[in-house]
Amino acid sequence: MMLSSYAVAPTIILDLALMAILIIVAFSIVRMRSLFAIVMLQGVYSLVSAAWFVSLDAVDVAFTEAAVGAGVSTVLMLAAMLLANRKSDPVPISKQIAPLLVVIVAGLAMFYAIGDMPAFGDVNSPANTGVGMDYIERTTKEIHIPNVVTAVLASYRGYDTFGEAVVIFSAGLGVLLLLGLNGNAGRWTASPSGQHTYPPMAPSANSRLRSSRDNIKSVTSSAVKKTSVSTARKSKKKRFKDKGDN
Amino acid sequence: MPIFLEYFNLGAAFFIIVCMVLMLGRLLGGPTLYDRLLAVNSFGTKTIIFLCIFCFIIDRPDGLDIALLYALMNFIATIAVLKFFNYRCLGVSLIKEQMEAEE
Repeated sequence: MMLSSYAVAPTIILDLALMAILIIVAFSIVRMRSLFAIVMLQGVYSLVSAAWFVSLDAVDVAFTEAAVGAGVSTVLMLAAMLLANRKSDPVPISKQIAPLLVVIVAGLAMFYAIGDMPAFGDVNSPANTGVGMDYIERTTKEIHIPNVVTAVLASYRGYDTFGEAVVIFSAGLGVLLLLGLNGNAGRWTASPSGQHTYPPMAPSANSRLRSSRDNIKSVTSSAVKKTSVSTARKSKKKRFKDKGDN
Repeated sequence: MPIFLEYFNLGAAFFIIVCMVLMLGRLLGGPTLYDRLLAVNSFGTKTIIFLCIFCFIIDRPDGLDIALLYALMNFIATIAVLKFFNYRCLGVSLIKEQMEAEE
């Protein structure tokens, strides 16, 4: 491989460019006011971050990020957007100081902890001396899968992965029940311009009943209209038929 | 791989990142929602192409699988957003279709 013969890999330019895009997207997610654009930007963020994971050689993480971040969470965020209130009062600056301080302190603590981390690619680090090497040596012999991460997830920790799958399934079920992707058909609507939701807030029992009643009424009225139109059309056809027969 | 091809791949990847930034500008400033939707769709396509090129840069063709997954996910997300536009909600009632089927 010729690229590795350089002191600094040229792909670092691509890494830096992707990082710059991530920072731009993150700041604009914070600063923007249109909820729909924010949902779109989150999809873009996960797309770019997955591309960045690929460039860091973390192909499995990129796979998960692509499946969860770009696909499912965009749909779930859209569904959540339908239920959320579109207008809120601005937060006063006096209330923003304390969270900012907490974030700064936590960030400084993380930078302080970097000094205790083993160097990149250190042979004596815990990851390279403990069970990790054992897995790498035994995977090809015992399971015959070239990808060690997949072997650990699916075989060595199979029960653990099964439990995770159950947890994620129940969580997804809960989210679907809360958002009502299928059950609330036509009850809650919103215009994409973000002007009016109906009902405007998260539905209480009363408004839900009212809206469903309205919905039924409108559906029945439209059904009545439709049947009358269709019968008229049919009778017209019949008349034509009669004429033809005569 | 010849050295020319390596530089060509790098240049192409960087050019695609420039295109991504252009699409990002449209996404941030786009006056209508349809502009943003098109920008996101185009951004996803550029990510797919970037992944394909990057796999050849680092000589690991595994990433082509991720590019495939991206293509599918991009499609699903676009369909969801378009459904949202069309019906104003994601759970579309089937009453209308049933009535049409009964007719």
